[in-house]
Amino acid sequence: MPRRTDLAHILVIGSGPIVIGQACEFDYSGTQACRVLRAEGLRVSLINSNPATIMTDPEFADATYIEPITAEFVEKVIIDQARLGFPVDAILATLGGQTALNTAIALDKAGVLVRHNVELIGADIPAIQRGEDRQIFKDIVREIGGDVPDSAVCHSMAEVRATVDRLGLPVVIRPSFTMGGLGSGMAYTSEDLERLGSVGLAASPVHEVLIEESVLGWKEYELELMRDSADNAVVVCSIENIDPMGVHTGDSMTVAPALTLTDREYQDMRDLGLKVLRAVGVATGGCNIQFAVNPVDGRMIVIEMNPRVSRSSALASKATGFPIAKIAAKLAIGYTLDEIPNDITRATPAAFEPTLDYVVVKVPRFAFEKFPGADTTLTTTMKSVGEAMSIGRSFAEAFGKALRSMETKNLGFWTTEDPAGDTVDGLLAAAAIPTDGRIFLVERALRMGATVAQAHEATGIDPWFLDQIVLIQSVGDDVQQSPELDATQLRRAKRFGLSDLQIARRRELGGDTALATEEAVRELRHRLGVRPVFKTVDTCAAEFEATTPYHYSAYETDAAAESEVSPQTERPKVIILGSGPNRIGQGIEFDYSCVHAAMALRDAGFETVMINCNPETVSTDYDTSDRLYFEPLTAEDVLEVIAAEQISGTVAGVIVTLGGQTPLKLAGILEDAGVPMLGTSPDAIDLAEDRGRFGELLTSARLPAPAFGTAVSFAEARAVAADIGYPVLVRPSYVLGGRGMEIVYDEVSLADYISRATEITPDHPVLVDRFLDDAIEIDVDALCDGSEVYLGGVMEHIEEAGIHSGDSACVLPPITLSRNDIEKVREYTESIALGGKVVGLLNVQYAMKDETLYVLEANPRASRTVPFSSKATGVQLAKAAARIMTGSSIAELRAEGMLTAVGDAGTLPIGAPVAVKEAVLPFHRFRRADGTGVDTLLGPEMRSTGEVMGIDAAFGPAFAKSQAGSYGSLPTSGTVFVSVANKDKRTMVFPIKRLADLGFTVVATTGTAEMLRRNGIEVRVMRKHFEGPNNIVDAIRAGEIDLIINTPYGQSGPRVDGYEIRTAAVATDIPCITTVAGANAAIQGIEALIRHGVGVASLQSHQARLHEAITATTAAASDG
Amino acid sequence: MTSAVDTPAALVLEDGRIYTGTSFGAAGTTFGEAVFATGMTGYQETLTDPSYRRQVVVATAPQIGNTGWVEQDSESAAIQVAGLVIRDLSPAPSSWRATGTLPDQMIAEGIVGISGVDTRALTRHLRTAGAMRCGIFAGAAVSAAADMVQAVRQTPMMAGANLAGEVSTTEPYTVPAEGPSRFTVAAIDLGIKANTPRSFARRGITTIVLPSTTTMSDIEKLDLDGVFLSNGPGDPATADTAVALTRQILTHRIPLFGICFGNQILGRALGFGTYKLKFGHRGINQPVVDRATGAILITSQNHGFAVDFPATASAVVDTEFGRVRVGFSSLNDGVVEGLTCLDAPAFSVQFHPEASGGPHDAAYLFDRFIALMQTKAENS
Repeated sequence: MPRRTDLAHILVIGSGPIVIGQACEFDYSGTQACRVLRAEGLRVSLINSNPATIMTDPEFADATYIEPITAEFVEKVIIDQARLGFPVDAILATLGGQTALNTAIALDKAGVLVRHNVELIGADIPAIQRGEDRQIFKDIVREIGGDVPDSAVCHSMAEVRATVDRLGLPVVIRPSFTMGGLGSGMAYTSEDLERLGSVGLAASPVHEVLIEESVLGWKEYELELMRDSADNAVVVCSIENIDPMGVHTGDSMTVAPALTLTDREYQDMRDLGLKVLRAVGVATGGCNIQFAVNPVDGRMIVIEMNPRVSRSSALASKATGFPIAKIAAKLAIGYTLDEIPNDITRATPAAFEPTLDYVVVKVPRFAFEKFPGADTTLTTTMKSVGEAMSIGRSFAEAFGKALRSMETKNLGFWTTEDPAGDTVDGLLAAAAIPTDGRIFLVERALRMGATVAQAHEATGIDPWFLDQIVLIQSVGDDVQQSPELDATQLRRAKRFGLSDLQIARRRELGGDTALATEEAVRELRHRLGVRPVFKTVDTCAAEFEATTPYHYSAYETDAAAESEVSPQTERPKVIILGSGPNRIGQGIEFDYSCVHAAMALRDAGFETVMINCNPETVSTDYDTSDRLYFEPLTAEDVLEVIAAEQISGTVAGVIVTLGGQTPLKLAGILEDAGVPMLGTSPDAIDLAEDRGRFGELLTSARLPAPAFGTAVSFAEARAVAADIGYPVLVRPSYVLGGRGMEIVYDEVSLADYISRATEITPDHPVLVDRFLDDAIEIDVDALCDGSEVYLGGVMEHIEEAGIHSGDSACVLPPITLSRNDIEKVREYTESIALGGKVVGLLNVQYAMKDETLYVLEANPRASRTVPFSSKATGVQLAKAAARIMTGSSIAELRAEGMLTAVGDAGTLPIGAPVAVKEAVLPFHRFRRADGTGVDTLLGPEMRSTGEVMGIDAAFGPAFAKSQAGSYGSLPTSGTVFVSVANKDKRTMVFPIKRLADLGFTVVATTGTAEMLRRNGIEVRVMRKHFEGPNNIVDAIRAGEIDLIINTPYGQSGPRVDGYEIRTAAVATDIPCITTVAGANAAIQGIEALIRHGVGVASLQSHQARLHEAITATTAAASDG
Repeated sequence: MTSAVDTPAALVLEDGRIYTGTSFGAAGTTFGEAVFATGMTGYQETLTDPSYRRQVVVATAPQIGNTGWVEQDSESAAIQVAGLVIRDLSPAPSSWRATGTLPDQMIAEGIVGISGVDTRALTRHLRTAGAMRCGIFAGAAVSAAADMVQAVRQTPMMAGANLAGEVSTTEPYTVPAEGPSRFTVAAIDLGIKANTPRSFARRGITTIVLPSTTTMSDIEKLDLDGVFLSNGPGDPATADTAVALTRQILTHRIPLFGICFGNQILGRALGFGTYKLKFGHRGINQPVVDRATGAILITSQNHGFAVDFPATASAVVDTEFGRVRVGFSSLNDGVVEGLTCLDAPAFSVQFHPEASGGPHDAAYLFDRFIALMQTKAENS
């Protein structure tokens, strides 16, 4: 059935900011969808509030709306497009995660679809509801002969208790219509039940939870399926969870394909999956179904289904080479599976089921260290922030690669010291509770003598996987015990996934000091010719020829083993190192820059080669670069890829400055290995990161910086702090995302910090900086070609200095800086860029206090804000950076049109749109072990997972949009609760008065109320939390408060006073402002909402207007 | 599973290529035609499928033996393959139904295997060079390369091999219907899999499994509603007995259903040729289109030969038994995957609706055959 001819214009809904449970996999899927639809000649409009996505690049859609993803804004987009003469025919919402799907449901409910005669393609509302409504879904599964866990849907705690009386404990609690398992959990006791039951009911938008029989410890599987409009359906991939039922699949280590099912069991699962798909009625596209299998008797039950492209679909696409999102988009516009070619073989159609001749392992990455006090137990609520995938020719090989892709302290088994005092019983007991790193406990238990049966009993992990760990251990034992390592032993060790580092560690334990380092092992290995071969992901286990160079490394022992990297000598190669698993501080923004480099360099005539191990990303789409290597970003794995590419042709160089800290760390090692490096030299990178050297640079350029010192002990730190004066900012050296960074106001807190920062050594000192209270923080992205500097973005933070730049809202162009201030910023940036010998991108953070501009830090690499700056200014900085790194000058890029012909982001004209970036924080994902929320107060340690952008002609509406896109709309009426620190009282009078004038009812705590009354503001007093019942927290929970302004009291300690208020605000989704500047911004936003409402405009139209304004200014300047 | 006890082994191809690895299963030497199978599940079903007679199967799935050996999953009474080539053997199986391990079963049945082979490189080679004769030499049997290649070249070719007799039952036996019997089918055993009579039984059909040497007079003695031609190994060009029988069945207008080898037999009976594919279709992810409905099925396939339809796939060809068209074709390469007689109650498919291993998408073809018998019963 060919493509539908009645569709000309499709509106794609994206997934918004990166949050836990919904990450860059939806940029990957959305980008593919936009590409496909445009290639079909359709007009594509897009709505997505996340500027760090590739899909929101203006060239991926005809009209890109960086606007909040709500039914209200989607309708505005539909109206705006119709006004421009492009009525929207259909909405595609199945590629934007739960956010898009929920928006589609809201659009339907609000009558928007009917009102504007817009069709929903890819899924219909009843099908979504059949898939997502747990009771309807269960009934469907039963009707088609499937088995489901016994359960009941409950709408109150009374119903919850009655159900548990019937089922017995433990039970699983699953709220309806939430993503990533938000609000769900396992209740073992009646206390758990009370807590999780009420949390779950609150988390569900329809106040509904499912209470379900526990299948804890059962084997867990997933199938990824696709169906076309002619009812053809295929299973793209099977996934087996290593962590059994009880851990959210996003938090489980998983393997593809399923490894412990016989054909009978697998085919039964497949039959059931297809029946469910058809019965739910997913019209076209992908879906994911989860199954649990009782390991004792094989009873198989259906757990749930996602009637849309999901995180697992992205994993399945990367694992098989079958591009689910791309195919889903084609199916949505009418094609059938047999009409779509398989990209990889080109000769065969997409109507088939991929078969793998390798094993894929995915391991999740967590960030509990960012949320002190958060419960680290893994449950059915997803808590991981990222993941790495690896491919090997055996489970052991893939598993070893996946563990070392994590970039945590444990780079695979045996790479850190075993803690003292382990016992088998203790380890088994600890491993019985699923946590981040449980597999290392299991490994130690097995190593200390636990049997596979005992480990299985404790963890529920299938004996097959445990046996593989035993096998890896025996290979490690051989490595450790043999008198000398020969080629055969080395090859065998590599075949079982051991890294050079792991081999070194084992040799060291065996007393071989000569082979105690990774480098020594590598040298020996190369001398003995033990090198990996590179195989190809081809969807068909080599049955057909593959045309797509999507490679992974493997070690073979067979003398006839073969490597599949083809020679390519015509074009010079540029190897781009990606950023590995997402984590807080290093996420999609870096992948964005890597993808842009690949695009720009391909256009410039290079062969682009990408190395990365993050399955969620656009960079690991085999379409993004000319060649893709799905490999860990360790020195060992990267060097082997480079070697293979050097055999294939000429490597012009490697780019390490776009993927964040991960590739940057490798700069020195690669250079030492003789690899040609592009862009800022490793020495210049070190200059910026080394406090001493950087300080010298600043001194010689006469640039002020906050006084600072380094310390390797408390005594030293105390001396430094006394010298420069409190408050001070303390942090470990060489970090990203402000890890371990704190503002310390006195000596007691300093001592406390030093005692907690356990890893202080002369190699890893603590940095002590003077902290500039109440300064304006400024972030700059700039390009430098060695002789000229181009300001790519000058951003003013809305919150004062002291909140990590990644968590702080910021605005571009700056709204309170004068021309002179910006010129000073330019001058300083030029000094640093040229003095620091930067070639490519540079990010500098400044603080402006009392007319003095201080340099806080500089990083000669792509920053988190590159995509935001690029979207706000219409200049693609990462592309320009890639070109500069490969030899182009800024002048050339200006002439070419990649950069503006004249001026830069420091000279944006009046009339340039105002863009606000707001961070999105994951606090509602984390709970303390007692079930209470973690504190939400922002500080110098970054904790946001993603960001949104609000863009408009003025700051007020732009800020209002940034809030609507991240936390929910600012209120335009209702009650505001105010409780501010003494130091803020003076500056808060006018803002609060303004709110009262706008019609808000003001309530406040006693002290704040008194002050406000004296200033003539009518205020109702409300009790503090500890002052008894009917207090502010009760009011928040009861929904009586619409806006909270709560600046923290005191300047030290955990600042607990506002804790209850802030956590209640998070739990009830009420905007909670914690700074004066934030309050002022919010009031501007509220005014904009009240006065004019907020309109929408596409990025393309914003950029066209900006272009006009620049042209007009330039013309005026030349006239004058 | 330590290096100390690894016994070397070699896989030797007739073109002189040698792949090295480790012996598993029985020790010694084995010869056969090297073919690759791409299923990620179902190694046991493959090993016990009589169609793989005299073939050395190369598993592209890299980890084999994961679920051990499950007695009830065998498709025939014994392992049928000549040898097994894999990359990695699981040291310990995991399945609640496992009754043993793969290597133990292979030792018990004297089947030679080799692990540690770069099976992907080997598959890529077979894909280009085509299926060919090979030998596995394990342990003491490993000798000078030239000697081993020589030994391989002396073994018989698959083309021209008549193997149906080797794998067929010698005595008829009956598999009763589950519940009341609606019809009785004679299944000519050219290498039948256990799941075929099971698939009939589930649908209320009694199956009488007959030897490959069955004649029309044998059939006429039975009170039958239909005849089924099974899958099986070897070159269809050698199956003159079965072809002759099929022509008589067509003449008698007895409802007929053939699968795999049975499809080739029907093709020859209708007067079409058969030919050897370069490397065959062997996997459980093979897409075919049902040309009558346009539906796409993911099927289990295992065939090295195919029917040479004398016209385009959409054409209707006249034969002495009336009009015939292609019922199914492969979406990957257009190979004829089934024949449908328009004027006789007969059809056949090249793939395996009984699956095992593989998907069950084509299971409805058993019902299509039952419908033919139903129509016949209603008309007579």
